[in-house]
Amino acid sequence: MKNVSETAPALAVIAPGPRTTLQDLGRAGWQRLGIPVSGALDPVALAAANLLVGNPPETGALEISFLGPTLRVEAESVRIAYAGGAASLELLSSSSSDPGAPARRLPPLASVRLVRGQTIRIGGLTGSTVGYLAVEGGFAVTPFLGSASTLPRAALGGFSGRPIAAGDCLALAAADAPERTELTLRHLDLAAPERCRVMLGPQADHFTPEGIETFLSTPWVVSPATDRMGMRLEGPAIAHRGTVDIVTDGIAPGTVQVPGSGLPIVLLADRQTTGGYAKIATVVSADLPGLGRLAPGATVRFERVDRATAVAARRALIATIDGLKERLVEAAPADLAARLSSVNLIGGFLDMCAGPEES
Amino acid sequence: MYASPKFLPAGDTALVIEFGDTVDRHLSALVLALAERLEATGLPGVIEQVPTFRSLMVHFEPLVLDAAVLEKTLSDLVADLLAAERTGAIASSGKTFRLPACYDPALAPDLDTVAARTGLTPEGVVECHSAEIYHVYMLGYLPGFPYMGDVPDALKVPKLDSPRVKVPVGGIALAGALTAVYPVESPGGWNLIGRSPVAIWDLRRDPPALFAPGDKVRFEPVSLDTYHALARRAAEGPLVLAPEPAREGDGA
Repeated sequence: MKNVSETAPALAVIAPGPRTTLQDLGRAGWQRLGIPVSGALDPVALAAANLLVGNPPETGALEISFLGPTLRVEAESVRIAYAGGAASLELLSSSSSDPGAPARRLPPLASVRLVRGQTIRIGGLTGSTVGYLAVEGGFAVTPFLGSASTLPRAALGGFSGRPIAAGDCLALAAADAPERTELTLRHLDLAAPERCRVMLGPQADHFTPEGIETFLSTPWVVSPATDRMGMRLEGPAIAHRGTVDIVTDGIAPGTVQVPGSGLPIVLLADRQTTGGYAKIATVVSADLPGLGRLAPGATVRFERVDRATAVAARRALIATIDGLKERLVEAAPADLAARLSSVNLIGGFLDMCAGPEES
Repeated sequence: MYASPKFLPAGDTALVIEFGDTVDRHLSALVLALAERLEATGLPGVIEQVPTFRSLMVHFEPLVLDAAVLEKTLSDLVADLLAAERTGAIASSGKTFRLPACYDPALAPDLDTVAARTGLTPEGVVECHSAEIYHVYMLGYLPGFPYMGDVPDALKVPKLDSPRVKVPVGGIALAGALTAVYPVESPGGWNLIGRSPVAIWDLRRDPPALFAPGDKVRFEPVSLDTYHALARRAAEGPLVLAPEPAREGDGA
């Protein structure tokens, strides 16, 4: 058997989770060739996870949906951080130590240094359907057209153009992570919203006034058929004026297209670049991260705003992301959680102690 | 074509300028020429442009570029463009390709149906399809998927009643006034009348899409044997398909 220390630094995938892909901010600039932008559904959470491990906020990280992966460290050491939907983060016992030792709970929104052989297991996500696991130095992948983002539909980007799978070794750019004081973030709201702001258009005139009223007044339910390409919504049919189909034209992020069924589809990160259904409205850019957090079964309403409001909201969102770095604080001593664990306190207390609620 | 182009909002980060609501070579020429002119201005805040049949979508950063400034810039460029058009044709900067195309029945499951619908013989369908120089209006639907036209009236057929679950890579297809080559295996509802051994989408190539909006494509019929020989070569490495030298009179 090969000595593990001779292999390239990596995270070994024990269990992948249902949809775990590498994502950064996507590959803008190629839509004229039909190449989707892709990128993180929730760039705020992506930035938070990256900043905690000392990366630039746009570095590629594992985007987790619904349920997290189980990953074993195959490197001298690695610093990780998780941000996104609330999830249990468990550090399973190191293969070299007592296999019967209880799992140690790790805090979210905090950096943690792991060493070779340790295994992290991320549980089910609540509050938001996506989360990001960032590693210090990032993953070692060759960018495709300037981005590490994965687009499985076209088998490009990320790790072999597909979601991670059991048995994969996710190569790390850094072989080890020097010890330092760990960082945490407090008061970061990454919960899914109940409303999203929209600007009407580009084809609002393809709908009757009643159709537009239906769109703006309905509490829409997110369909289980939602994916990274589009969020399908369930509710009453929106009435078109005249024909449903238009001559194919461009699609913006957050475009709300309404096919013949009358049920809207909000186009997300992996959206096609062009489309031939009438588009009633477009979600404002500041509300796209929140949209990405909505889980199937959740309810969302749309609220019409004007351009000035949308641009002000974008300015505020970018200020929030830019301000995250100043909000990083030193975490409690690294061994606190371990000591608490060793006296066998219940996990709930550890969650309270280490989670974002503590302050 | 509208009397004056429409500006349509597409959220706070994209703007559409629409010249009309039909698939039309003249509209396409205006869209592509406008895209080139906007590109040439180097206007800060423009992220990328997506030309389509009858409109141009401009993706922009609203914290750098005010939508009103973008709209004014586009309006001025359109006025210049229409003035230039009145004094002569708008130049097209697209490349011209001759794409090997095998129309053998083994690779053309809908050839007979198309023949029956159009009243042509299968040979007549091939002759008609390969005689035309097609204009790449736009890419979309799939990465690298070229919407090309115009298919001669004699060859216009509707989409299939029920789409195929799998169209192979390189499938040459027809629907209405448009023809296309499938860049990757995918579902598809167009009529399959042949296959090209050249990968029009190849991740080993930079950029991976062979065609760009505004290019011209002519299908070059090849035998099944030639198809297989070219396909074998393509499997070993990208088939280099150089564009034809530029000629006079290739304008859109």
